Amino acid sequence: MKRRAVPYLLLLPGTAWLLLFFVVPLYYMAELSLNSGVVGELEFNWNWDNYNEALSLYDTQFIRSFVYAGVATVAALLLAYPLAYTIAFKAGKWRNALLFAVVAPFFTTYLIRTLAWETILFDESPVTEILDALGLAPEGHVLATSGAVIAGLTYNFLPFMILPIYASLERIDVRLIEASKDLYASAAQSFVRVTLPLSAPGVVAGTLLTFIPAVGDYVNAQFLGGVGNRMIGNVIQSLYLTQSNYPAAAALSFLLMALIMVAVFVYIRFAGSEALMGEEAV
Amino acid sequence: MRESGGARAWRWLREHAVVIAAGLVVLYLLIPIAVIFFFSFNDPQGRYNFTWQGFTLEHWGNAFGIEELTDALLTSLKLAVLATVIATIVGTLMALALVRHNFFGRRLANFLIVIPMATPEVVMGAALLSFFLILGTFSLGFQTLLIAHVMFCISFVVVVVRSRLIGFDRNLEEAARDLGATSLQTFRLVTLPLILPGIFGAAMLSFALSIDDFVISNFNSGTTVTFPLYIFGAAQRGIPVEVNVIAMILFFFTVAAMGFATWQQRRAEKMASVRPEQEAGAGMPAGVPAAT
Repeated sequence: MKRRAVPYLLLLPGTAWLLLFFVVPLYYMAELSLNSGVVGELEFNWNWDNYNEALSLYDTQFIRSFVYAGVATVAALLLAYPLAYTIAFKAGKWRNALLFAVVAPFFTTYLIRTLAWETILFDESPVTEILDALGLAPEGHVLATSGAVIAGLTYNFLPFMILPIYASLERIDVRLIEASKDLYASAAQSFVRVTLPLSAPGVVAGTLLTFIPAVGDYVNAQFLGGVGNRMIGNVIQSLYLTQSNYPAAAALSFLLMALIMVAVFVYIRFAGSEALMGEEAV
Repeated sequence: MRESGGARAWRWLREHAVVIAAGLVVLYLLIPIAVIFFFSFNDPQGRYNFTWQGFTLEHWGNAFGIEELTDALLTSLKLAVLATVIATIVGTLMALALVRHNFFGRRLANFLIVIPMATPEVVMGAALLSFFLILGTFSLGFQTLLIAHVMFCISFVVVVVRSRLIGFDRNLEEAARDLGATSLQTFRLVTLPLILPGIFGAAMLSFALSIDDFVISNFNSGTTVTFPLYIFGAAQRGIPVEVNVIAMILFFFTVAAMGFATWQQRRAEKMASVRPEQEAGAGMPAGVPAAT
């Protein structure tokens, strides 16, 4: 009898904390999203209009957030794969040094990293001048464009893409790749037929770990974007913290969460669920 | 037939394309850090530290000279230490329950741990703020920050410690018990030292997450200012160079801590790998490391 209580006792403090400060707050936010009125005289009356309004007023920002996050995720995948592949198969004694380079950005504060990009993409910076010379910076600006925000998002979440892909590549039994070559597969064939499918769990985990924080992010849009690049996170932030329009902000947060869940669900259906649930992402 | 120089260069490029791409990505990862480092020596003339104006060591000498900034940093450190201690203890207990015990509700507990990691920070921050506002018992400030930080660190602690526990060789514990150790002694003398690198890694991750957190803190800080919140506030009126200096100090400090953690892990692995040689006679090839 006593032994059966042990796991529950071990779980108790953490579960209580997560229930009280994660699950219960979500319930409160759901309730708040159905309130009407302003601060001080909020009233719960199943006010679904908040959701209608949220969607009609901020649909641009919603769509923009999903597009930016989607593009950043694809860009991160294209950048991450060659590096993860090199670390797993070609780095030799450089492996630890390269892994260090991957996590090094995490050792500097997120906001400062983003501000560093502001410095790099500043109007008279060498990078901007090069981009301008290549015709990639219309009117000599990079800051306050979608490109700058997407570049920032890609940069900030790139390690979340690299690490799971590396982890799944590293676990591949090299003999499988050798076997495919013995069976006369070309390098490209053996990559597409063997290596790539075996690294799929890492790719799935990496895309989720990049996409989810990117959709909700508002720091990159704040520092690197202009008025025309505001994402849904910026709207939620300003409705909550400067305009104190809590019901609308709560409705937006809930919609964001619901849309992400739908997107993740569809993606996992499409990409195979064992990849996510069988893996401990990072 | 001999290849021309151009063809040879082209072939070399094609053969090494992946490695070259990887090298460029490494550059992409490191350039902003280099920028932060170089601009910590900048001597900006106006309020903005965006263009290079000249070299000075002044700001390194004055690293802790801006009172608001130093206060914010101290608040962040205090918050990170407390959040790390609580989250690490609570999360380690959860990981032990999930790996060592089979019980009703295990899947649900796992789900509860995964969900916060799959929720965007802005939603978590907004939900907590709604909760604090409606409840009204917690005044926004250090205590609400601590609650929030422990909340988002727990899941990461569980994941890190659990991965260490899954690779744990339970024969070591049985051996201790066969030799007459009580369960508490076994835990203290065998289990704990072996999972300690995992716990230490989890603590480091918590600390890093906490000290770096901006989004959730921004919602729940009240008038308390942490290091990231200070930077955000300062961004509008121009960020003092000292921020870069402190960022670099934190960077080097973290690198040192990582070095220490790696060294500790190697030691623990050595401790655990005494076993395979002893078992070599029992049919296991010598030199195969214990499952890690």
